[in-house]
Amino acid sequence: MFDLFSFLPRAVVQGMPLLLGSTGETLTEKSGNLNLGIPGIMYVGAISGVIGSFFYEQATGGNVQPLVAILIPLGCCLLGSLLMGLLYCFLTVTLRANQNVTGLALTTFGVGFGNFFGGSLIKLSGSELPSVILTATSNVFRRSLPFAGKLGWFGKIFLSYGFLAYLAVVIALVASYILKRTRAGLQLRAVGESPNTADAAGINVNRYKYVATCTGSMIAGLGGLYYVMDYASGMWSNNAFGDRGWLAIALVIFTVWRPNVGVLASILFGGLYILHMYIPSGMNLAVKELYKMAPYVITIIVLVLSSMRNKRENQPPASLGLAYFREER
Amino acid sequence: MNNKQRSPLFHIAKRSALRWYSAWAIRGGAVLLALVVCGVITSQVTGEDPIAVYKAIFEGSFGSSRKAWVLLQNIAMLLCVSLAVTPAFRMRCWNLGAEGQALAGALAAAACMILLGPKLPNGAVILCMIVTSILAGAIWAGIPAFFKAKWNTNETLFTLMMNYVATQLVSYYCVVWESPKGSGNIGIINPNTQIGWFPSIAGQKYLLNILVVALVCVAMYVYLNYSKHGYEIAVVGESERTARYVGIKVERVIIRTMLLSGAVCGLAGLLLVGSTNHTLTPTLVEGRGFTAVMVSWLAKFNPIWMILTSFLLVFLSRGAGEIATNFGLNSSFGDILTGVILFFIIGSEFFINYEIHFRKSGEKEETSNV
Repeated sequence: MFDLFSFLPRAVVQGMPLLLGSTGETLTEKSGNLNLGIPGIMYVGAISGVIGSFFYEQATGGNVQPLVAILIPLGCCLLGSLLMGLLYCFLTVTLRANQNVTGLALTTFGVGFGNFFGGSLIKLSGSELPSVILTATSNVFRRSLPFAGKLGWFGKIFLSYGFLAYLAVVIALVASYILKRTRAGLQLRAVGESPNTADAAGINVNRYKYVATCTGSMIAGLGGLYYVMDYASGMWSNNAFGDRGWLAIALVIFTVWRPNVGVLASILFGGLYILHMYIPSGMNLAVKELYKMAPYVITIIVLVLSSMRNKRENQPPASLGLAYFREER
Repeated sequence: MNNKQRSPLFHIAKRSALRWYSAWAIRGGAVLLALVVCGVITSQVTGEDPIAVYKAIFEGSFGSSRKAWVLLQNIAMLLCVSLAVTPAFRMRCWNLGAEGQALAGALAAAACMILLGPKLPNGAVILCMIVTSILAGAIWAGIPAFFKAKWNTNETLFTLMMNYVATQLVSYYCVVWESPKGSGNIGIINPNTQIGWFPSIAGQKYLLNILVVALVCVAMYVYLNYSKHGYEIAVVGESERTARYVGIKVERVIIRTMLLSGAVCGLAGLLLVGSTNHTLTPTLVEGRGFTAVMVSWLAKFNPIWMILTSFLLVFLSRGAGEIATNFGLNSSFGDILTGVILFFIIGSEFFINYEIHFRKSGEKEETSNV
C-alpha cells in the first residue's frame, strides 16, 4: 500500500535542497549568468557549515548553545558560498570569461573542496573521532515545533520540518515577489534580457550581475547546508550529495524561471527522486534505476514544450550565458 | 561641459589580434603562477617542502613505464572527447552532453559484446560494436540538435539533462546484465573468450587507442580548417544571419555538426569499453565530458593545441593523485588543484583579449576640456 503520509514528508525533505538551489540559480540566471557552478557551490556551502560546527562542537564538547550552534554553521555556509559566487562573478563579469567553462571549473573545484575537507577534516584537525557526525548541531537544525507531534497527519505533513525548510519556502516566495513586483526585480530582468538596453537606461549592469549572482550563490549554499544538517542528520559522507546540484538546475527550467512555482515543483522532484523506494517492483531492482531518470526526462519535456509553444514569458533570459562588454556591438 | 569630470583611472579596450606567441606566453605565465599557488597550498596542507610536492607530481605521471602508458591513454581519451565537442563549440552550440553521448556509445558496444558475443565470430562482433556505438553517440546528440534546429530549444540545458538520462540507462542495464547475480555491476565482459576485445598492438594494450585518437585529431583539424563543412560551421558560429544570407542551410549544419560531435563521443565510449576497461559502469567516462569543455576552450577550439591542454590537465590530475596517496590525503585533492589552475587560465584569457589603458597624468587636462 502506498503510504502517502510517510511519503510526503520525505519528498519535502528531499525537495528543499533543490528548492534552495533552484531559487539561487533562478536569481543568477535572471541576471544573464548561467552559473553551472551551482553543484560545486552547494558542496562548498555544506562543507563550510560542517567545518564551522565541527570546530564549535569540538570546543564545547557537545554541550552546544542552540542559537550559536545555528549561527556558526549558517555564517560559515553563507561566507563560503559567497566567496564562490564572488569568484564566479570576478571571472565572468569583470574578466568576461566564458560562463560555461567557468561554471564547470567551479563545480570541479567545489566538489573536490567538499570531498577533500570532508574526508580529511579528522586527519587535519588531529581529533580522534571516527567520522564527521555533528549530532548536537543537527538536532538543533532539525528541531520542529513542539506541538507538531500532537496534531496527527496535519502536523506530520506541514509542521514536522526544521526551520531551514520554512526559510527555503519564504526565500522562494520573496525572490518571486522581488522579481515580479519590484523595481529592482524589473531592472534585474532587464539586465538578463538585454544588457545593452539596460545600460542605456542607466542601470549599472555589472552591479546587478554581481549582487544577483552572489545572493543566488548564498541561497544555493544554504541548500547544501540543509542537506547535510537536516536530511543527513549532520553526518558528512563524500559524494552523498550526488547529482542534486544538477537537479536544481533542471528544476529552474522545469519552473520556467519562477521560484514560487518551485515550492511545489521541488516537492514533486523530491518525490520523483525517492519514488523508486515506494514503487513495489518486487525483485526487479533494475526498474528502480529507470524511475530515477524521471526528473530529467520531465525537465527535457518541459524544455522542449516551452520552446515549441514559444510564449515569450516562458523563455530563458535572452542574454543567458553571454558576457556583457559595453564597447562591443 | 563639466570641468570637474575626470577620466577614469583605467579603461578597457578590446585588443586587435595578439601574436600567437605572446598569447601563449600569457597562458604559460598563468600556468606557472597557478603551479606556484598550488605548490604553496599543498605544502601548507601536507607540511612538505614544495620541491618534494612538484617531484611527486612528476613521479605520478612518469614514475614508471606503466604510469607513462596510463598517462598517455588518459590523454588520448580526454583528447577524443574534447575533439568531439569542438565542432559544436565552433558553431557556438554548447554541447555539454559529451558525457552522456560517450556513455551511449559505451552502452551500445557493451550490448554487442554481451548479446552477440556467444553467437557471432569475433570479427563480426567488433564490426557491430563499431557501427552501433558510433550510431548511438550520434543519436544521443542528434535528439537535442533536432529540437535546437527546429524550435531553437536551449541546447546547453538539453544536452546537460541527456547526460543523466544516459547515466540512469546504463545503471539500468548494469543491473539487468549483472554478473555474478546480485552484485549490481557487470564485471569484465567475456573474460575467457575475449570476444569483442580490441587487439593490442606491439604488446601495448593502450597503443591502439592512442593511434586511433591521433588519427581523429588530424582528421578533425583538416575537417575544421580545410573543408567546406568546416567553413560553414565557422560562419554559423560567427553569425547565423550572415550564414542564412549567403545561403547556408543553418538547420542542416546544426544537425550535421551535432551528429558528428556525438559520433566521435560514441567512438570514445567504444574505445573505453572495447580496449581500455572491457566493462561498463555508470561512471565509465569519469567526468571527461565536462573536462573536455575546458580542454577545448583552453585550446581556442584548435585540435592541435588540444593535445597540449589535455596533457596539462591529465598530468596535473595524475600528479595530484600521487600527492594524495604519498601524503595520505583524500584523493579529491586533485580536483582542488585542477580547479585552481583552471581559474588562473580562465582569468588569463582576459589579458589576451583585452588591454587595459591606465590614465596618463597629462591626459587629464585634455579630457576634462572636451
